Amino acid sequence: MSKMNVKMTVNGKEIESLSEPRTLLIHFLREDHKLKGPHIGCDTGHCGACTVDLDGKSVKSCMTFVGQANGANVTTIEGIANPDGTLHVLQEAFKEHHGLQCGFCTPGMITRAYRLLQENPSPTEKEIRYGISGNLCRCTGYQNIVKAISMAAQTLNTQEAAE
Amino acid sequence: MNEQTPISREERIKNLKGIGSARKRVEDARFTQGAGNYVDDINLPGMLFGDFVRSSHSHARIISIDKEAALAVPGVIAILTAEDLKPLNLHYMPTLAGDVQAVLADEKVLFQNQEIAFVIAEDRYIAADAVELVEVEYEELPPITDAFKAMDDDAPVLREDIQDKMEGAHGPRKHKNHIFLWEQGDKEGSEKALADADVVVEELITYQRVHPCPLETCGCVASMDKINGKLTLYGTFQAPHAVRTVASLITNIAEHNIRVVSPDIGGGFGNKVGVYPGYICATVASIVTGVPVKWVEDRIENLTSTAFARDYHMTGKIAATKEGKITGLWCHVLADHGAFDACADPTKFPAGFFNIVTGSYDIPVAYVGVDGVYTNKAPGGVAYRCSFRVTEAAYLIERMIEILAQKLNMDPVELRLKNFIKKEQFPYQSALGWEYDSGDYHTAMEKGMAAVDYPALRAEQAEKRAAFDRGETRTLMGIGTAFFTEIVGAGPVKNCDILGLGMFDSCEIRIHPTGSAIARLGTISQGQGHATTFAQIVATEIGIPAEDITLEEGDTDTAPYGLGTYGSRSTPVAGAATAMAGRKIRAKAQMIAAYLLEVHEGDLEWDVDRFQIKGNPEAHKTMKEIAFASYNQAIPGLEPGLEAVSYYDPPNMTYPYGAYFCVLDIDVDTGVVDVRRFYALDDCGTRINPMIIEGQVHGGLTEALAIAMGQEITYDEMGNVKGGSLMDFYLPTAVETPVWETDETVVPSPHHPIGAKGVGESPNVGGVPAFSNAVNDAFAHKGLTHTQMPHDHWRVWKTAEKLGLSG
Repeated sequence: MSKMNVKMTVNGKEIESLSEPRTLLIHFLREDHKLKGPHIGCDTGHCGACTVDLDGKSVKSCMTFVGQANGANVTTIEGIANPDGTLHVLQEAFKEHHGLQCGFCTPGMITRAYRLLQENPSPTEKEIRYGISGNLCRCTGYQNIVKAISMAAQTLNTQEAAE
Repeated sequence: MNEQTPISREERIKNLKGIGSARKRVEDARFTQGAGNYVDDINLPGMLFGDFVRSSHSHARIISIDKEAALAVPGVIAILTAEDLKPLNLHYMPTLAGDVQAVLADEKVLFQNQEIAFVIAEDRYIAADAVELVEVEYEELPPITDAFKAMDDDAPVLREDIQDKMEGAHGPRKHKNHIFLWEQGDKEGSEKALADADVVVEELITYQRVHPCPLETCGCVASMDKINGKLTLYGTFQAPHAVRTVASLITNIAEHNIRVVSPDIGGGFGNKVGVYPGYICATVASIVTGVPVKWVEDRIENLTSTAFARDYHMTGKIAATKEGKITGLWCHVLADHGAFDACADPTKFPAGFFNIVTGSYDIPVAYVGVDGVYTNKAPGGVAYRCSFRVTEAAYLIERMIEILAQKLNMDPVELRLKNFIKKEQFPYQSALGWEYDSGDYHTAMEKGMAAVDYPALRAEQAEKRAAFDRGETRTLMGIGTAFFTEIVGAGPVKNCDILGLGMFDSCEIRIHPTGSAIARLGTISQGQGHATTFAQIVATEIGIPAEDITLEEGDTDTAPYGLGTYGSRSTPVAGAATAMAGRKIRAKAQMIAAYLLEVHEGDLEWDVDRFQIKGNPEAHKTMKEIAFASYNQAIPGLEPGLEAVSYYDPPNMTYPYGAYFCVLDIDVDTGVVDVRRFYALDDCGTRINPMIIEGQVHGGLTEALAIAMGQEITYDEMGNVKGGSLMDFYLPTAVETPVWETDETVVPSPHHPIGAKGVGESPNVGGVPAFSNAVNDAFAHKGLTHTQMPHDHWRVWKTAEKLGLSG
């Protein structure tokens, strides 16, 4: 199959490669560029394990052809931590509040929460629940995930107020 | 440790982060950064990718398989069919239930999506292209999709491969589509109790076919090193050691030449206990090609071919006095096992521990009969977040109790309190043969009732019902209670084995010279947090902080042999082995301390993290000091080093229990159910890490919500599977999931070294009947006795409509 030249910025780094146009973004990231954080859970866009941030939107990378991401700015879980290498407030909050168990949904869940808190920096519990409803978790029953996101929002708001 | 600033005993205990500490998880650093290592993350040099051609029919003869066009696709290496596996005698594989299962369909397909051919290609895209090009010609046969018709005289014979073998793995087969009849208890006695009873209730209760559906599907990477003759098999295995033994038996590769590795597992819930055709095909493909081969199923393959759960049609009959004392229980189950009996039960228990069906009640006589049958559905019958068939049993008895209460016009909680096994009756011999080790059911139930203010809920319900009848509201309130007793921690080797492997488990602890340690277990975490909690057990037993203990599982080259993680067995069995290994370390440490302190061993006492001279605690040696001494001092009569291994054969199962209450409102015009309160009290004995226990309960309740309210895998009359993707198969999102309230009582298991009983599966076992009882309760005053799960909006609306309630 003929290949196309694909360029994008992933976690702040420009990457370029030849890919079949039908290649899914999730495979491009995981297999061609060794970013194993986003996972494949359902192949049908329901579970959100493959969630990445694409030009400021949460996107299911198993439903996105690599061509659709050509020229885009992509952030995966590997790019969420702070530039100094310390963990992002959300990553710390998930650890602190037991917001994960098997860890399979976690990269997608945190990546989605990262965008959610930019869309809505002070979400209510209900808004968090709706905001992450495209991401399934089979282990936690969501309660501690909701708590983690809520606590992270508070921390981020406090940090911002202090700055 | 800084000896200059002695810290208090309380501080020393706290520093250990041992049993009882809500220690944060050590696993989370890698998972929150996307640095987990799941099977699909494994990429080996030269690795190929395998994908299945699957049956489009549920019952058909295979006339021909044309691979030509597929083989012509650039990048396709080979395509395996049953014909290729026959010379290796690998076209069938043994199941854990004593049956055999076709690895690749041999002349006939028996369920839709059955594996027919295995395409091996350079990448997953090429493999998928080739799968589309394999032409299979079929001759359709009439399917059986209704278990009740499987043993009709004119039913088509499904399993021609065993049609002359009328003696099955569990006794005689009474029909060619029959698998086994498993009977327990006193049939005559139960029938007499029914005949003599003041009151008898009877109900057919179906627990629908569902699927564990962990977020990560099943998969493996097989890597045959032809130079060294070693096979490495990475995969989503809940029982890696058993997989190694099975792989050795069926491939004839010596067991020491096989290394099985379970990497991080993205949830299991029973789905990853069994052995699947993909594992065999990937292994054969790697042996044939000499390079590693990966197989990872997609979600549709997962839901339609690996490991369904339940599918039990249960008829229950309860005998009682008019005052509500239960005098007998009789039940029969028609168990739909699909095309192959691939249940993952201990060998002697073809219906698992379904004979826990007397539940939490003192029932003098009981009988269980389970008939297993073949149908044209996917094989399996795994324990989806429960011990073997325990959730089915708990669902049956907890529905029957409510139905009996309705008949007696008695509150169901009052009926339970009247029939509970009393605290002083433990250890209690059940009518169906189990010895319940411990419990205090009345205290747990009363604590739960107080927490939810049960009388106030019933009063509110009465008011709402009156308001409904006056036309002031269109919602009905339901209150569901469940009081479950589980049987977990399989199990004693004398009666529990899988394929002849006794169900003990193991732990090996090695203390390093500087006083840190590594512990390895025969189990494997799939999200339960073993690396966190088992280190806590070690910490408390040997006085080394949990932070200084590495915990490893899942690599059969390094971990001691064990039967793995399912059936809530890790804490009851491997947790016990961990404590016992720790005690062996401590026993040797005591000898070393006695030498160092120049006293007799008997003059020493253990205190948190040290041995001290009785009456003179200032004279002591910490475990850290002892560890170093074990490596640098020649101690007469003692070998150097400090390590121990324990293989623990549990004397009994453990019996966790709990009291659950669900409050919900049903809109009779839409069938929408709003769960507004859910309270779960669990008694799992000694609590190792309360944070993790709470997380396990939240997750198990959410899976129970999914099962009770929406999950179902159905088949149409042609055997086409419905509900085979996440479009149809219900996994609740954060929006439908309610807030969970958790609570506890603590009655330690008397036979477990630290008194722990296991908890991961309790919320699924207790949650399902609590939800279902609440839905049934909402309509009970309108004459409803029982309505089948799942209670999705459409079915609930239909129920309301049948009762003449909907608009």
